[in-house]
Amino acid sequence: MVKRILDLRLAEKREWPQTVLLKLRSDVEPLPEAAPGQFLQVRVDQSPATYLRRPVSIHFIDRERRELWLLVRKVGAGTRAMAEWPVQTRVNVIFPLGRPYTLPQSSTRERCLLVGGGIGTAPLLYLGRVLRQQGHQPVFLLGGRSAEDLIQLNEFEQYGELCLCTEDGSAGTKGLVTDHPVLQGPSPDRIYCCGPKPMMVAVARYARQKGIWCEVSLENTMACGIGACLCCVEDTVEGHRCVCQEGPVFNINQLKWQI
Amino acid sequence: MSLKNPVLTASGTFGYGREYTDFIDLSDLGGIIVKGTTLHPREGNAYPRMAETPSGMLNAVGLQNKGVDYFVAHIYPEVSQYDTQVLVNVSGSTVDDYVACAEKIQALDRIPAIELNVSCPNVKQGGMAFGVSCEGIASVVGAVRKVYHKHLMVKLSPNVTSIADIALAAEDAGADSVSLINTLLGMSIDAEKRRPRLSTVTGGLSGACVKPVALRMVWQVAKAVNIPVVGLGGISSATDAIEFLLAGASAVQIGTANFIDPAVSVKVVRGIEDYCERHHIGAVSSLTGALEI
Repeated sequence: MVKRILDLRLAEKREWPQTVLLKLRSDVEPLPEAAPGQFLQVRVDQSPATYLRRPVSIHFIDRERRELWLLVRKVGAGTRAMAEWPVQTRVNVIFPLGRPYTLPQSSTRERCLLVGGGIGTAPLLYLGRVLRQQGHQPVFLLGGRSAEDLIQLNEFEQYGELCLCTEDGSAGTKGLVTDHPVLQGPSPDRIYCCGPKPMMVAVARYARQKGIWCEVSLENTMACGIGACLCCVEDTVEGHRCVCQEGPVFNINQLKWQI
Repeated sequence: MSLKNPVLTASGTFGYGREYTDFIDLSDLGGIIVKGTTLHPREGNAYPRMAETPSGMLNAVGLQNKGVDYFVAHIYPEVSQYDTQVLVNVSGSTVDDYVACAEKIQALDRIPAIELNVSCPNVKQGGMAFGVSCEGIASVVGAVRKVYHKHLMVKLSPNVTSIADIALAAEDAGADSVSLINTLLGMSIDAEKRRPRLSTVTGGLSGACVKPVALRMVWQVAKAVNIPVVGLGGISSATDAIEFLLAGASAVQIGTANFIDPAVSVKVVRGIEDYCERHHIGAVSSLTGALEI
């Protein structure tokens, strides 16, 4: 897929206490082809504190409206500045970047467990939609610290069953994603995961024990996003690999995690 | 060595060129300098290797590359097809490593020059030890000069007391040109965690924040030496590039700015052309050292 530098327009935004949904629209041309799990590099502004672009995963692509949705958690200078953009702001992005999630090649219906924690739930919406379109059965297992971390649920439930959990018990099952009863039931055919590293390690361990195919999406700190600077490397069984170019999605068998 | 325009892309910021072909036509550039290449493969430093700083970034990549033999077998066939000058940045831990690596690159017809990296701050014996003393730089440049007969560019470290003296030592030892500056040694700390942000604790600072230092050093070196000076350090626009030419550079390199705008190098080429047109300058070379004081 050819990478492009695009100027998009912030057409719509929705805010939660810690998170913002940004709907970026392409006014002049259709959005380039992109796949679930890929990401974009967003130019925040010209300020000294946000000198580099910010990598943000694709939350959803609405082709009819030519919209690219980003779900951004306000954690640092860049994400807070993005949350303050007024509607109509021109947003410069490099898109699409990285290796996407691997979709099932079989024509048989596969049961896919999509496990997300915190803002790591973001890329799973578009993944769920594409899996559903291809005739598979996505099940979303979404976790957060509290109920306010679990957002966009009405969007997720269009594409599959929802299993929720929170650490404080304010929504869904109380506990971590790995405590959820859905993991005690029949094994899924595949697990796709994105979230904080301790959560992904726990999910990878579960998958390894059960012998379930599993991919995780990493978010190592990066500068370029296109495989040039070699800053975002992950130690893999094949040596250092760029998360931006050879990831962000990796099969757990490629990683040197202690699982 | 002649360039079709004075804009090169800096080693370590432009991969092998192919990372940028979705965004620009490489033939619009004066040249590209490919990633630092060593005699033996190097895995580089542990993650984290990068920390953003005000108007810049620190890196501690540590010369990750697959070694010169891999370059010759797998990268050269591709880069030799580019319609632009392709230079190879050569790095090493010992004088013998530099010499052996340079000899292998010399055999490649379509590589008109090497850039000798005696200034990488990110590996224990990554060249900077050579680049911070006149004796050190003379030893490595002199040894490579004996075996390398094409254009020998030497990339200088700013982490020295008098960069003009180091540049003179490189010139005396046989350098055909010098490029400066490599990154400034820096550091970043996460106060909440009380931990350094880089696995190596210290790293190399680059980006717009280093430009005034780089410009000053280019000006000092250009006054001191009789060989061409290639300026780099925080160049993000044609105006930045022209400042370096006026300070005495014959050509410039675009580095960290490639990460922010992958098309910036060609914008700098076009911007220099526009400047020359506006100021009725026939040859861009007449800008070199044209600073009026």
